[in-house]
Amino acid sequence: MSNLILDHNIVEDTWQLVTPPTVEEAVVRKQAGKVVLFKLTGEASYSDEQITATEIPQTGKVLIPLTVWIARKQALSARLANGEIGIWLATHEVLETLVENQPDLNVFPLIAIHVERFADGRIFSIGNLLRTRYGFKNTLRAFGDVLRDQLFFLKRCGFNSYLIRADRSAEEALASLQDFSEPYQGAVDNNQPVWRRVHREHV
Amino acid sequence: MYKYDEIDQAIVNERVSQYRDQTRRYLAGELSDEEFRPLRLQNGLYIQRHAPMLRIAVPYGTLSSAQLRKLGEISKRYDRGYGHFSTRQNLQLNWPKLEDVPDILAELATVEMHAIQTSGNCIRNITTDQFAGVAPDEIIDPRAVAEIMRQWSTFHPEFALLPRKFKIAVSGTKQDRAIVQAHDIGLEFYYDEQNKMAIKVWVGGGLGRTPILGSVIREHLEWQHVLTYCEAIIRVYNLHGRRDNAYKARIKILVKALGIDEFREQVEAEWAHLKDNPNTITEAELSRVATYFTEMPYESLPAHDAGFDNAIASNPAFAAWVKRSVHAHKKSGYRAVTLSLKPHGKAPGDATSEQMIAVADLADAYSFGELRVSHEQNLILTDVKLSDVYALWETARANELATPNIGLLTDIICCPGGDFCSLANAKSIPIAEAIQMQFDNLDYLHDIGELELNISGCMNACGHHHVGHIGILGVDKDGSEWYQVTIGGKQGNDASIGAVIGPSFAAEEMPGVVQKLIDVYIAERTPEERFIDTVRRIGIPPFKAHVYGKAVEKADAHV
Repeated sequence: MSNLILDHNIVEDTWQLVTPPTVEEAVVRKQAGKVVLFKLTGEASYSDEQITATEIPQTGKVLIPLTVWIARKQALSARLANGEIGIWLATHEVLETLVENQPDLNVFPLIAIHVERFADGRIFSIGNLLRTRYGFKNTLRAFGDVLRDQLFFLKRCGFNSYLIRADRSAEEALASLQDFSEPYQGAVDNNQPVWRRVHREHV
Repeated sequence: MYKYDEIDQAIVNERVSQYRDQTRRYLAGELSDEEFRPLRLQNGLYIQRHAPMLRIAVPYGTLSSAQLRKLGEISKRYDRGYGHFSTRQNLQLNWPKLEDVPDILAELATVEMHAIQTSGNCIRNITTDQFAGVAPDEIIDPRAVAEIMRQWSTFHPEFALLPRKFKIAVSGTKQDRAIVQAHDIGLEFYYDEQNKMAIKVWVGGGLGRTPILGSVIREHLEWQHVLTYCEAIIRVYNLHGRRDNAYKARIKILVKALGIDEFREQVEAEWAHLKDNPNTITEAELSRVATYFTEMPYESLPAHDAGFDNAIASNPAFAAWVKRSVHAHKKSGYRAVTLSLKPHGKAPGDATSEQMIAVADLADAYSFGELRVSHEQNLILTDVKLSDVYALWETARANELATPNIGLLTDIICCPGGDFCSLANAKSIPIAEAIQMQFDNLDYLHDIGELELNISGCMNACGHHHVGHIGILGVDKDGSEWYQVTIGGKQGNDASIGAVIGPSFAAEEMPGVVQKLIDVYIAERTPEERFIDTVRRIGIPPFKAHVYGKAVEKADAHV
């Protein structure tokens, strides 16, 4: 069964996720003897070799890493026009890179953000910026370590699609989209703070 | 004080349901320890040395008598009959059961309380001056804006999982009592040249492992923009703060790495997009919230009360207590009164269930049913008539709440330390108790005068040791507990970070070390000088020389 939520329904995933081949000597950054769990902002994700060697299926809708798309966008332009190209990026990648290469983000039917660990809250600011700063109107998906307890926040930050981690139930996760009925602050899903939405009487 | 309407109540009720389900899933094995951790932390639940610890939010330190009574009941029913008031003005329970926490939250919700965001890497409880609204030196009462910010930060979707915890303090007085410079964001309210409420914004202060006083990021911010400006600051931090090393993840590290000028440029660039968006506070919203903080129904009273004056003249014990515990009030004939949670030989900041209920009764009888928690870990009744002070004192004394040591050496600010906290390197409460017993002579204590002594059991600095006139930090050396001493720290407008006097000490040496520091002060002070003034005038070396004697040279020879 599919674990993909789109809006408020569980749907089949029609996109093929493209990932670069793993290299034998994966770069593991260390600091003070401890393995770094989070990549630092601006760190390059993939080597040129990995980007070149990335296999992209010839047909159908494909979800491509940002760096691979930037390197190979000429070759993919016809498929982009055909609505077959979606982009995914990691939480340490900067949106400016995406926008410099493609000012109108609405050419992509799907942008997906990969969150390596659920505790990485950069995904919330990225969602917010894509919707409010860069005007992205199509499907915005979170995938990776996506758990139900972050869904309400993701929704409020502009996401409308969530690929729930494979070992968890998407069916149960749907309930978390309704955790709070009247949140206080204005956010992406509703930019009006509560005092502009409803009349609050003195108690 | 602020009262919940249906919307506030719905949010805490929905939170109870949400957390109840999270706890259920954890106990059923559907959530791993690692996955449950941020969820329980954002609800103030730590797994401690012996048992979980639950931290209950006391927004900007304000409590009603009904709330305190409920806290007394909860600590009796779900804990061991006491609670600990913390330096963030919250209440901590040391022995609740993990599976009871949803029920505790449901109890709290009935008195408009919760434990939301009292821990975790999110915006924490906003703190302020315990005398807000009644202090004679107050320029602006910051509580209405603090409440608006409490609501804005509650479940803020973008800032739910920041690189590290995020603390905001607000202050609107001439003398800063909220340590705004030691916070991730400090907001200092004032009236600008147009006589409009404005805010001086500090950023990047913090204690912990790397103590840094904040820098001014904006001298003048119009009040209505405070939410969007904070959003700009926290967004830059969320995106660019370090996430690879918890010790370098606070905003102060980012501010320091970029430099305040570059950081300011990035924030201002971000703010240009956010300014004037719907989160901009309206006049109507400010005045709606401000109506909850209007003046108490004060009586018109003379500045003096004969009964009070007579009691002072005839009762030295009462007079000594008044000197330390009774504070000036903006209204004639009224005083603010601090109830000491620092009786000698007891854990600083602890209150029993019975004491909580007694204080709730006192608040009902003498202070319009409200009280405050100070970051110095005492309880304050803010609106007491002069003519009631003596009766209040008698009841307070009968409940061990009237130790006349407020602002003195034994009014120790202290974290729970190694007796409870799993982060601690060393115990802190027994050190506090031993020092209190060393200075148990009240005449001597009063002669030493104003002195702030702060103890933290580890680098995380919950006891704010860096800004103590004397600071004590528990450190771990090869598995045993040692104590490092700093002097010259200070909170307030002229805040400073204390300097380490030298190699650390064993626990049993600590009362003697503090005694030697005091001996130097007594010998060197001029008539008007407080301990901190003498330290600032004569510097560290005389203190160091007396504390270590020859031992310093020996220790230095090893280095």
